[in-house]
Amino acid sequence: MPKPLPGAIDCDVHPSVPGMKSLMPHLSDHWAEVIDQSGLPDLETWNYPPGAPLTARSDWRPQARKPAANVEAMRVETLDRWGTGIAICNALYGVQTLFNEDLAAGLCRGLNTWLAREWLDRDPRLRGSIVLPVQSVERSVDEIEHWANDKRFVQVLMLVGGETPLGRRHNWPIYAAAARHGLPVGIHAGSSFRHPTTPVGWTSYYTEDYVNQSLAFQTQLASLICEGVFSKYPDLRVVLIESGVSWLPAHIWHLDKFWKGLRMEVPWVDRPPFEIVRDHVRLTAQPLDGPATPVAFGQFMEQMGSDKLLLFASDYPHWQFDGDDAVPDVISPTLARKMQFDNPRETYRRLEETKS
Amino acid sequence: MSTRHVVARASDVPDGTRKRVTVDGRDIALFNVRGEFFATLDRCPHRGGSFCEGRQTGLVESNEPGVYTYTRQGEIIRCPWHGWEFDLRTGRSKSAPSQWRARTFEVTVAHGDQLEDTSLALEMFPVAVEEDYIVLTLPAARSRSRE
Ligand code: FES
Repeated sequence: MPKPLPGAIDCDVHPSVPGMKSLMPHLSDHWAEVIDQSGLPDLETWNYPPGAPLTARSDWRPQARKPAANVEAMRVETLDRWGTGIAICNALYGVQTLFNEDLAAGLCRGLNTWLAREWLDRDPRLRGSIVLPVQSVERSVDEIEHWANDKRFVQVLMLVGGETPLGRRHNWPIYAAAARHGLPVGIHAGSSFRHPTTPVGWTSYYTEDYVNQSLAFQTQLASLICEGVFSKYPDLRVVLIESGVSWLPAHIWHLDKFWKGLRMEVPWVDRPPFEIVRDHVRLTAQPLDGPATPVAFGQFMEQMGSDKLLLFASDYPHWQFDGDDAVPDVISPTLARKMQFDNPRETYRRLEETKS
Repeated sequence: MSTRHVVARASDVPDGTRKRVTVDGRDIALFNVRGEFFATLDRCPHRGGSFCEGRQTGLVESNEPGVYTYTRQGEIIRCPWHGWEFDLRTGRSKSAPSQWRARTFEVTVAHGDQLEDTSLALEMFPVAVEEDYIVLTLPAARSRSRE
């Protein structure tokens, strides 16, 4: 399986917050005091249980600390090793699960500051996603405005499982702010655990939870389309991260089919949903859950109807592949190149403004 | 050469209603929208649903999510089978106008005393001079046979 090409743009890597202590210097005095008093040591969640094989590859899992917990580890394990051009850091920390929106906003500010100071300042190849305190739309917008001028932040980040479907209109100020600043909305696998992680209730096993993320992605995508987010914000891009990709054609065919007969209910959806997806939606391609042979994968890409939809991602340090085989070998060399360069640049316009 | 057929009394198809007539073995749906008549083949181009069984409705459009405009009441027929909308004026479907189009026919209304033209095929009844009739124009047989 191929290594990434030198200079590739890796659209999903995960720096780990070593623990609440690491955030302390980046919190306001008030929130630092609150955290200190409460003794809250960490905010890991069941989205990525620390010991699960998926959470970190064994060779990326040190004994004494979390994987990907500092920029040196990331350099050795990916950036230098593969000659990565740019890597987009998506911090997964349980801030979205808190019920206190003030605390969530305080911690998100600290988390984003930590990302800027401990990662983006330390390696010019790194870019970041602004983690939003999704508990509050107003505070999410504040967070976007706070970081918008730092062009190293190239995206805003939400989880696929939140309080309400993401298309619902009370969320729209977030999309307005993101569109205004040229920031795609990244929707990452994971839940705030406000609802069961599947539409039919809680599952028993992590395997089920992880695989069923795709149902949440399907629901969110249909919500964004049907509520008219892309009609209202024609410049908005949405990136589905760690979503899996093979469900997309089937789900959007389904939506296209029923839209033909139910169009009048959502008249702002004035063209077939698949067209909207091709213009507005991108997906990171690690994990790649598509067909296992190049021929069948080629057929899948025909079903996608565009070679612009997939973005290269290693998903470091999650265990999606072994060795340096970050680019699944079913992908043709031409597509692989597009996914590593053209497609990310077309998606993340800010990458042009911060050429390093 | 197209042919003209007297297919119904105008009073058989009151405002807001539809009627199926059969001409040369083909089922045709007549619609009256506020006194204006339209005719389509009574067979949806998608899978063959009967437009006569569908709902006559208006055109719902939007310039912005949450804002609806509702115009052309009665000029849209929704196929009873899968709910696709067809524009009675053009036959075009709303969701894929260039791909799916219902067959439409020219239809006029004529007073009984104007119906002396011998080229008219009187489909089913004698014409009384004091009544209005619906006259359908069908294209020549050759092009019809390709349908
Ligand atoms: S048969 Fe008319 S919409 Fe399918």
